Amino acid sequence: MITTTGLTKVYRSRGREVTALDGVDLHVREGEVFGVIGQSGAGKSSLIRCVNLLERPTAGTVTVAGQDLTALAGPGPRAGRELRTARSRIGMVFQHFNLLSSRTVQDNVELPLEILGKSGAERSRKALELLDLVGLADQAGAYPAQLSGGQKQRVGIARALAGDPKVLLSDEATSALDPETTRSILKLLRDLNRQLGLTVLLITHEMDVVKSVCDSAALMERGRIVESGTVGELLADPGSELAAALFPVTGAVSGDDRTVVDVTFQGEAATRPVISQLSRTYNIDISILGAAIDTVGGLQVGRMRIELPGRYEDNVVPIGFLREQGLQIDVLGREDVALAREGAVK
Amino acid sequence: MQPLLAQACWDTLYMVGWSTLIAVVGGLPLGILLVLTDRGGLLQNVVANKVIGQVVNVARSLPFIILMVALMGFTRTITGTTIGVEAAIVPLAIGAIPFFARLVETAVREVDGGLVEAVQAMGGNTWTIVRKVLVPESLPSLIASATTTVVALIGYSAMAGTVGAGGLGDIAIRYGYQRFETGLMWITVAILAVVISLIQLAGDYAARGLHRRGAHSGAGPRLRLLRERQRAAAPAPEAGKREPAKTP
Repeated sequence: MITTTGLTKVYRSRGREVTALDGVDLHVREGEVFGVIGQSGAGKSSLIRCVNLLERPTAGTVTVAGQDLTALAGPGPRAGRELRTARSRIGMVFQHFNLLSSRTVQDNVELPLEILGKSGAERSRKALELLDLVGLADQAGAYPAQLSGGQKQRVGIARALAGDPKVLLSDEATSALDPETTRSILKLLRDLNRQLGLTVLLITHEMDVVKSVCDSAALMERGRIVESGTVGELLADPGSELAAALFPVTGAVSGDDRTVVDVTFQGEAATRPVISQLSRTYNIDISILGAAIDTVGGLQVGRMRIELPGRYEDNVVPIGFLREQGLQIDVLGREDVALAREGAVK
Repeated sequence: MQPLLAQACWDTLYMVGWSTLIAVVGGLPLGILLVLTDRGGLLQNVVANKVIGQVVNVARSLPFIILMVALMGFTRTITGTTIGVEAAIVPLAIGAIPFFARLVETAVREVDGGLVEAVQAMGGNTWTIVRKVLVPESLPSLIASATTTVVALIGYSAMAGTVGAGGLGDIAIRYGYQRFETGLMWITVAILAVVISLIQLAGDYAARGLHRRGAHSGAGPRLRLLRERQRAAAPAPEAGKREPAKTP
């Protein structure tokens, strides 16, 4: 649905060059919620603003819904008619809401429809319908300054949906909100994604946002996508920084008298009581050192670090049992143990 | 004496009214253009920006009386005369256009860039942004700017007497100052003070009224809080009656 290839953005000011995006290849599938996470300055904002060409990429292409937007852009800095039409089919939600203070809530939602040249009756019907969808039907006549942050963002979302977009871009939409409001806004985004089949590209610096709504995620660092994939794929990769950050587990590594194992749950295996089965079947005591399990996209996913008594060699059979259950097992510290021994010999 | 003052009042209002109208019609687009053509603006054009900026600066630095004399030829081609109220309107308006344009520029610059971006993201063009964002969002400031312009124009109009345009300022100078009719001078000044106060008041009222819907958090909730506090204070005596029994 959204594809960028080799997207590069270089800012020039007073002879200095700052590379905000350095060859970003991103692929967002239709109907998914895709989260781009990274620290401030990683280039997330430049990336999302390049998707609807609010920011002109220095190089590379952006394709949204099969349309090459970079080809529509033209040479000058001003947006031509074709680009503006394409933009009207991409909704965008902002961190600071960006509602017009001189207009009521309803008039704010009507603004994109005015730009599309819809008639008055149609505008007001559509605006009220959208306000109802985001749960603000009773605030249609209020001014933005009379609303709370969460309500303002709901208006922002209703406004973004006015042009019946297939794609919604969310630029840190929850970063100015408190945790509880953040959850309700994310739930709304999730619901809209399901109900309307809306493809959502969101950028955020909060892991929780990715964890609670995203089907896929990408990690950005210094203008590059470092990792990217579905939450499941990321979890399956034992070296994934993003998975480690999403599902952080801590605890000591294996030693001579214990074996520490990371169990990654996802899909069907996560619904079975594997750990207690293991304990009963092999009559061993299992300590849980740490666990991070969450429901992502309706499926339970997560990681658990458990400790089995005895060395790895003693635990081959129980670990085999876990693998048979369809779980991903990573035994921690085996190399470390080996290295430590070598060190001791030296 | 009364018909003299009445005529002067009317002349002043007539001159100032028309010249304000022309100043707004001319200054508003000019001020917006100053913002749009600036570096990083929607119609970025550094050359045009510098040219417009310089023209505005030069026009603003001319003393009004000199502007009036300098424009006499132009005034004649437009009104057919260089004497009278109509002839005064031309230099007044032309003097006020750059003045108002600078005020408009400041007001429009205050509009949050995020709003412009939001409308761009909706597919709006520059004209839409001007019409639906820049002007409506800066309207309270624009009205305050127009008020300032009206008041400045009333001041300028005193000098319009030199081209025989009359008006209150002219009465104050010719009758009051030059003919030592101190009483008449003070009356004229008093009328001017009242007129200016009324205009300022009306302008402030309009600007605040418009602003309130935007920043409702200003006056509204504070008043509500006050009322709540009063309500909270009302049952206090009752609580007070019980409390002393416990506290000692």
